[in-house]
Amino acid sequence: MASESSYYVPEQSRLPIFATIGMFLTAFGAASWINGGSSYIFFIGALAMATVLWFWFAAVIRENMAGLNSEQLKRSYVWGMGWFIFSEVMFFAAFFGALYYIRTFSLPWLGGEGDRGSSNMLWEGFESTWPLMVTPDAAVHGDAAKVVGPKDIIDPWHLPLLNTILLLASSVTVHFAHVFLKKDRRTAFNVWLGITVLLGAAFLFFQVEEYLEAYQHLGLTLESGIYGTTFFMLTGFHGAHVTMGTIMLLIMLLRSVIAHHFKPDDHFGFEAASWYWHFVDVVWVGLFIFVYVLGS
Amino acid sequence: MAHGPQPGFKRWLYTTNHKDIGSMYLWFSFAMFLLGGCMALVIRAELFEPGLQIVQPEFFNQMTTMHGLIMVFGAVMPAFVGLANWMIPMMVGAPDMALPRMNNWSFWILPFAFTMLASTLFMDGGAPNFGWTFYAPLSTEYAPPSVTFFIFAIHIMGASSIMGAINIIATILNMRAPGMTLMKMPLFVWTWLITAYLLIAVMPVLAGVVTMMLMDIHFGTSFFSAAGGGDPVLFQHVFWFFGHPEVYIMILPAFGIVSAIIPTFARKPLFGYSSMVYATASIAFLSFIVWAHHMFTVGMPIAGELFFMYATMLIAVPTGVKVFNWITTMFRGSMTFETPMLFSIAFVILFTLGGFSGLMLAIAPADFQYHDTYFVVAHFHYVLVPGAIFSITAGVYYWLPKWTGNMYNETMGKVHFWLAFIGLNVTFFPMHFVGLAGMPRRIPDYALQFADFNQIASMGAFLFGAAQIVFLFNVVRTVQGGKKASDEVWDNPEGLEWTVPSPAPYHTFSTPPSVR
Repeated sequence: MASESSYYVPEQSRLPIFATIGMFLTAFGAASWINGGSSYIFFIGALAMATVLWFWFAAVIRENMAGLNSEQLKRSYVWGMGWFIFSEVMFFAAFFGALYYIRTFSLPWLGGEGDRGSSNMLWEGFESTWPLMVTPDAAVHGDAAKVVGPKDIIDPWHLPLLNTILLLASSVTVHFAHVFLKKDRRTAFNVWLGITVLLGAAFLFFQVEEYLEAYQHLGLTLESGIYGTTFFMLTGFHGAHVTMGTIMLLIMLLRSVIAHHFKPDDHFGFEAASWYWHFVDVVWVGLFIFVYVLGS
Repeated sequence: MAHGPQPGFKRWLYTTNHKDIGSMYLWFSFAMFLLGGCMALVIRAELFEPGLQIVQPEFFNQMTTMHGLIMVFGAVMPAFVGLANWMIPMMVGAPDMALPRMNNWSFWILPFAFTMLASTLFMDGGAPNFGWTFYAPLSTEYAPPSVTFFIFAIHIMGASSIMGAINIIATILNMRAPGMTLMKMPLFVWTWLITAYLLIAVMPVLAGVVTMMLMDIHFGTSFFSAAGGGDPVLFQHVFWFFGHPEVYIMILPAFGIVSAIIPTFARKPLFGYSSMVYATASIAFLSFIVWAHHMFTVGMPIAGELFFMYATMLIAVPTGVKVFNWITTMFRGSMTFETPMLFSIAFVILFTLGGFSGLMLAIAPADFQYHDTYFVVAHFHYVLVPGAIFSITAGVYYWLPKWTGNMYNETMGKVHFWLAFIGLNVTFFPMHFVGLAGMPRRIPDYALQFADFNQIASMGAFLFGAAQIVFLFNVVRTVQGGKKASDEVWDNPEGLEWTVPSPAPYHTFSTPPSVR
């Protein structure tokens, strides 16, 4: 907490207002697109947002290389990233919490069990099971039902197990990369980081494979009742985060290979990306246990 | 660093200065306060007499919804963030916020987000009409198309809040002057540290719940639909897991402000500083385990009802510690009653009243009678208006001389206070009675026997609204000029902010002060 005398306060900057405009166009564009309008505004906004972030990060990197960042300022970035990851944890907590509530409380009640079992009066004949293959709608309305359950679900011991191994391994390889960076062994750092990026890409490839199988062969979709809902929302948001993490690590790799960024004692950009990567890895372990293994 | 502010509007668009950004937050919040207030007046005008008078029920619902959303997310939260921006760097002896560019970003998202939210009023099918708590399936299956814009507006204002909170935590943990240990921090800094933690913990949960809504509405998922195995009550659990800590996000910084003002005008140090810190932390912890007290009548197992009832009552303990400390600080002090002190004393009395009605509502079997009546409306307006709004007003009067270098007009300040004080009590006190007698909330029409109290409440509301014009006038006059304020402004106040000149220079503490 001791304060050095020169905390770098940046001059006026155009970056934030452009980032705001980009974010607004993205959000407004997404809403109009989803409501049946055109998708242009969304894509313009997303592109603007990505461009601004590019320049923003470039500015921060330039300031750091120019020696403007004191140890104290660097700690601000460390706190920033740490608390950002905590906010992500809470975002996933909402969805894990929903899964827990559905499985432990509301679905058994809907099936006539427990304290609130009278809910079953509205859905007579429905039985609570997990995975939920027959939705209340299907149990009551049979063929006329609008929301029917999946025909089958993903076997945790094939693709998901493989993906678990890939992602856990990538957490180890990114750690190796970090160790070699601290020892100033640039080539080893690049190689291990490259392997991590490949493992991330492989994970995403198999995840897409799994989704295709679910949609094309298993009847497991977003629309197939609460099982499909929780399955795709949890794994989908995780997949989106792996995509982000892979892009982040790829950029770190390019920064190292092309621009020779990072010093053994000064590389928080990489460290932040690797924290993020460990975080998506931990989320996956939670998914593998609570969605795949205990869900089958 | 050495430069002063740039001339023209670009100063405000591009600024990285915590004082500029703080001012923008405060003005934005006041604009939203007036907008949300006008909506409240539409509601009160309609309720002046039984029967439909001025607006259609559909529009009435849009007014209650938008009033709540705008007041919570547009008025109260940004006002506290504005005060945090202005005061925290000065209170901890830092040159600025830890991440100044992100600070600008956090602010500028808000005008865009609220433009988007307000624009739903002009869309086909009208604005969101499902109440600020947007319970499913009202907000999903039966929602107007504008709900999609509402969802994305919530998303970006949530991003703004999270970035603002991260900035505040980094500033407090990393930027304190040498010698300022955690237990030497002013209570406003402490309460904001804990508030920022709450924000980062629950804003993502709000993002999660609106995402679930979006998916249910547009992509066929079944989160809140029993037909697919989901549960509408799930919505309420996730929402209130956000919503209850949110309530404390809107009151903890208020505790900090009042804890700064009362010692100054009682001319005694704050009684029980460390117990204040621990009480704040306890309230924050408890806020995570009481959410279902908003849902006693929705259908919960008896064990749940009991747990949430007792946990809720526990909150009265740390809150009682705080009220006790404020009163003890005043006890045998050399009290004077300048405007900030008047608002602070009213805060202590009326917030306590709101707390007592909260205790009544916490009793699960009794809540079955009060639930969704005007008693609830009376309760939360008693904690939010004299709680959040009065403390923000007190803070503005207290620090305005430091910001502008000029004293505000004390007489006008007192007129503002008494109009607001009388107005708010005339508005909200009768709501207790009509609520206990069974008048439901969120309806444009009501049974005849409630007419008298509703007329009184409506008159009070317009009085309270008029009081804010006095406030606006007073602040504008003070910004423009007036009697010069001394550096200390008040009689021997505590805190680093009073050691810098009035008005505070554009950059303060470029070299950190040392704190004994």
